[in-house]
Amino acid sequence: MQNADDNENDDNTLGAMLAARGIGRRSLLKFAIAMASSLALPPGVAPLMAANLAKAKRRSVIWLSFQECTGCTETLLRSSSPTIEQLIFDFISLDYQETLMAAAGAAAEKTLRDAIAANKGEYLLAIDGSIPTKDSGVYSLTGGRSNLDMLKEIAADAKAILAIGTCAAYGGIPKAFPNPTGAVGVEDLVSNKPIINIPGCPPVPEVLSGVLAYFISFGKLPDLDERKRPLAYFGATIHDQCYRRAFYDQGKFAHSFDDEGARQGWCLFELGCKGPTTHNACASLKWNNGTSFPIQSGHGCIGCSEPDFWDAGSFYTSLAGGSATGWRNAGVAAAVGIAAGAAAALAARNKSRPDPEDKP
Amino acid sequence: MTLLDFARGPAFQASVLILIAGSAWRVVAMVLLRRKPQFAAPRHGLPARVGGGAATILSRFAPRRAFWPRIAVSVVLSATFHIGLAIIIFGGAPHILLIRQLTGLTWPSLPKGVIVIVSGVTLASMIALLIRRLNHPVLRLLSTADDYLSWLLVFLPVLTGILLSGETIGGYATLLALHILSVELMMIWLPFGKLMHAGLVFAGRGLMGMNFSRKGAAT
Repeated sequence: MQNADDNENDDNTLGAMLAARGIGRRSLLKFAIAMASSLALPPGVAPLMAANLAKAKRRSVIWLSFQECTGCTETLLRSSSPTIEQLIFDFISLDYQETLMAAAGAAAEKTLRDAIAANKGEYLLAIDGSIPTKDSGVYSLTGGRSNLDMLKEIAADAKAILAIGTCAAYGGIPKAFPNPTGAVGVEDLVSNKPIINIPGCPPVPEVLSGVLAYFISFGKLPDLDERKRPLAYFGATIHDQCYRRAFYDQGKFAHSFDDEGARQGWCLFELGCKGPTTHNACASLKWNNGTSFPIQSGHGCIGCSEPDFWDAGSFYTSLAGGSATGWRNAGVAAAVGIAAGAAAALAARNKSRPDPEDKP
Repeated sequence: MTLLDFARGPAFQASVLILIAGSAWRVVAMVLLRRKPQFAAPRHGLPARVGGGAATILSRFAPRRAFWPRIAVSVVLSATFHIGLAIIIFGGAPHILLIRQLTGLTWPSLPKGVIVIVSGVTLASMIALLIRRLNHPVLRLLSTADDYLSWLLVFLPVLTGILLSGETIGGYATLLALHILSVELMMIWLPFGKLMHAGLVFAGRGLMGMNFSRKGAAT
C-alpha cells in the first residue's frame, strides 16, 4: 500500500499533478466533501480526505471485462462526479480497459502485462461480467485465454478487487437458470484478496467513484455489509429511501400502470416493485446527474442489485404474492385428501360396530 | 435460493397442497363417519330444521345471559382477536394482493396504520387469553397440546406481521420471509387441529341446530 505521508514532497502526487492542471486545493476539497457526503462519512473527514488525495499517487487500475454486456462500462462513463475523464486522468491510472483503450491485439496484451509488472501487488483489479467455469471456462475468452485463467492469474498480484455490476458480484444474468456457461461471480473464485461488490445492472456510477475516492484517500476499502457491498450505499433498501414510501404506509397503491393511482404517483408495490428487498442507492443518488430513477419514472424496482434477481419470479408479481401451485396440483391434493378421508372413515366404521340397542 | 424465495416458492406451494389435502381428508372423514340412527319421528319438517340451523349459527355468537358473568371476559377477548384477525387478513393491502393473485378477487385496503393498531390489539387479546387459560384451573385441565400449538401458530403470524410493518428487527426481506413461513406453518397445521374450526364452525353449528330443531329443542 502506498503511504500518503511518504509522498508529501513528491512531484508525482495527485496534488502536484492537479495543481499543474490548474485544479487548486479548494476544488479538491469540494470534491472530497461531495465524496465524503455520499459515503456518509462525518463532515470533518472531508479535509483529511482531500489532504490524503493530494498526497497520494495515482493508483493503477486494471479493468477486465468478462462475460458482460458493457453496460457497467457505460455507466462509469456517465459518472457525474467525478467525470470519467477526471477519474482516468486525475485520480486513477486506468492502465487496461478494452472498451476505452486505443491499443488492440498484441499491443493491448503487452499493455496488460506491463501494467501488472509495473504495479505488482499495488494495482486495483476491476472486473465487470461473470466468469464462466463450465468446460474450463471456454465460453468467454480474451486473446485466446479464458476469463477463468485470467482472473486467477491477475487477481494474484492485485491489491484489492472491485466486482463491478451484478454479474461480477453474483453471476448476474449469465448465471440465471439454466446457467449454460456455469457462470459465477468473482467472490466464488477468489478468496484470498479483499473484494468489494458494487452490484447493479448497471451499478450506480457515483458508487464506483465514491469507492475509488475512498480507497485512494485512505488506502483501504470502505465498510462493507455481509455481501461485501459498501455500507454507505447499500445499507438501506430502495423502499426505505423511496419518495413514494409515504403512500405505502397510507395504503395508497397504483393497481395498474395507467390508473389514477399511477398518475398520482402512488406506491408501486402492487405492480411488483422489489424496492423493499433491494439494497442500493438508486433512490438517493438517482441517475443521469440525479435526474431520476426507475420508480420516479413510473416503473417498480426490479431488484437488479440483489443476487439471482433474474430467477426471483416475475418483475410484476408483488412481494406479497407467492408462486401458485396450479389447479392440477390442487386437484391432485384434494383427491389424495378425499381418498385418505374415505379410507379413514371406512376403517372407523369397521372398528365400531353398530350398538345393538340402536336397533328398532 | 434465499429464505424469502423459499417461503414464497416451494414452502408456499407445499403448505397450500397440505392445506387442501388435509381439509379434504378432514371433511370427508367426518361426513362418512357412522352416525347413530334416528328412530324418533322428526318434530319439524326440513324447512324448519334448516331455519333452526341458521338460528343456531347466529345464537351461538352470544352466550346465554345466565353464563355471561362467568365468561364475559373470554367472550370479549375472543371476539376481539377474531375480529382483529379478520380485519388484518381482509384489510391489509399485501393480504388482498395475495388473494387477488390467487383468485382474481380484490377490494380496497385499509391504511397500514389501522392494520398495525388492530394487530397490536389482537396480540394483546391473545396474550390475555393465554394467561387466562394458564391461570384458570378448569381451562388448564381441559387444555391440550393442540390448544397451545394452535394459539402459537396464530400468534406468530400476527407478531411477525407487526414486526414487518415497522421493520423493527432485521431487514424487510428476512421479516417478510419469517411472516410468510409462520403463516405457512399455520396453514399446514390448520386441517389437523382445532384451527379447523375456521372452516367448520358454521357448518358444525348449523348441523347441530338442525338436529336440535328435529328434536324440538331450542335453537
